[in-house]
Amino acid sequence: MSGLGLFFAILGAALAALLAGAGSARGVGMAGQAAAGVVTDQPDMFGRVLILQLLPGTQGIYGLLIAFVAMNNLGIMSGNPEVSCSLLKGLAYLGACLPMAIVGYISAINQAKAAVASIALVSKRPDQFGKSMLFPAMVETYAIFALLISILALNGVGAI
Amino acid sequence: MREEYIYAVARVRGKEQKLLSAPVMDSLVSASGVGDALRILSDHGWGEGEVTVSGIDEMFKAERKKTWEFIGELVKDMSVFDVFLYANDYHNLKAAVKETARMETRDSVFIDRSECTIDAETIRRALKDHDYGSLPEEMAPVAAEALDVLLHTGDGQLADIIVDRAALARIREAGAKSDNEIIRMYAELTVACANIKTAIRSCLMKKDKAFLNRALAPCDSLDVADLAQAASESTDAIYEYLGRTTYAEAVPEIRKSPSAFERWCDNLMIRKIRPEIHHPFTIGPLAAYILARDNEIKCVRMILSGKVNDLSVDSIRERVRETYV
Repeated sequence: MSGLGLFFAILGAALAALLAGAGSARGVGMAGQAAAGVVTDQPDMFGRVLILQLLPGTQGIYGLLIAFVAMNNLGIMSGNPEVSCSLLKGLAYLGACLPMAIVGYISAINQAKAAVASIALVSKRPDQFGKSMLFPAMVETYAIFALLISILALNGVGAI
Repeated sequence: MREEYIYAVARVRGKEQKLLSAPVMDSLVSASGVGDALRILSDHGWGEGEVTVSGIDEMFKAERKKTWEFIGELVKDMSVFDVFLYANDYHNLKAAVKETARMETRDSVFIDRSECTIDAETIRRALKDHDYGSLPEEMAPVAAEALDVLLHTGDGQLADIIVDRAALARIREAGAKSDNEIIRMYAELTVACANIKTAIRSCLMKKDKAFLNRALAPCDSLDVADLAQAASESTDAIYEYLGRTTYAEAVPEIRKSPSAFERWCDNLMIRKIRPEIHHPFTIGPLAAYILARDNEIKCVRMILSGKVNDLSVDSIRERVRETYV
């Protein structure tokens, strides 16, 4: 069963990049559709709606960051993978990556819903752009919490 | 969550801002004359260039066409909105039945293809040739029956009732099949309000219960048998029956006049669709926009008609509907 630990550790890194990235891709796509709808009739709104469209994209970056940290700890980045990684350690890596993977996916979709609603708000009330940014930004809080926990856990696992 | 409508709803949000608001409607009502009202409409993007009194009908036609062309740009499968067009299809059927029976041609009474699910020419040809295969399966037997009744009895009212009831049944069926709350509500309210109008009119014309049973279309919010019974007795019996239904608030309006009741129905529809202003993901805002535009055109038509006929501002204001935005 040699290498099973490494497999689970890489699975964790992959899930963090995959789920958070998939959530962001879907979220940015949803907000992009709404943004394109607004810009069709109001081209001057481009700058404002673009910012709102990008908000659900951050989870993908966080997922990528967690994947990098995990792979760096495992020596994959330097070309010396920790083949001797125990099953327990590998599962611990997987567990450490899951907060970012799961919360990243869910928060990206929900942030996109808030962003779509905010884009509709901005299209009707351009003067409310500042406030409209806050609604989707609130969802970001939970993605940041997940990022924090995943980083702390990865650091802890690295010391095993 | 239906992501396919996100772009469409965002486009609709932009268009909603161009709908005539209550203050604009008020300025139309207060306009010094029809020319002044047309200028205000022109400022809000109505009509192509300067519109004269003789071009008012064309302006309305163009505005309705604009709505359907816009929705057509956003939705691949327009059949979801067929429910809003069935009334026009059956209007054309009524006109075609009369045209065929009386052997006279009146192109102007037919509604344009862009506002129907089936071309008026197809209906006219089917009736003329007595070959109903080209008509939708729900329409074919109705067309045959209405033409047969008109040819054999000469009773235009009976032929109209056959077609109107079929139209309502089709609207109700389309509403029942829809998974959208707005479309279901539209179908139910349309059928119920039409039934109430028919019941009142039939009662005033002293029609018997057999006629009423034939004229009233089934719906969920009214017991058609009870309504027919009440209408065969007296208008007070209708009011008493409606007082026990969800249409109790309509009774004072019905007592005032048919146009007051019609206004109540239109306002109720607008109030029910208004929450769609805040829904970003469903087809609801698109359906609501179509209904809002329809209401807007109806309202402007009423105001301009009042101006053309020199009605007082107060009299016109009484007829004005609530606006969506």
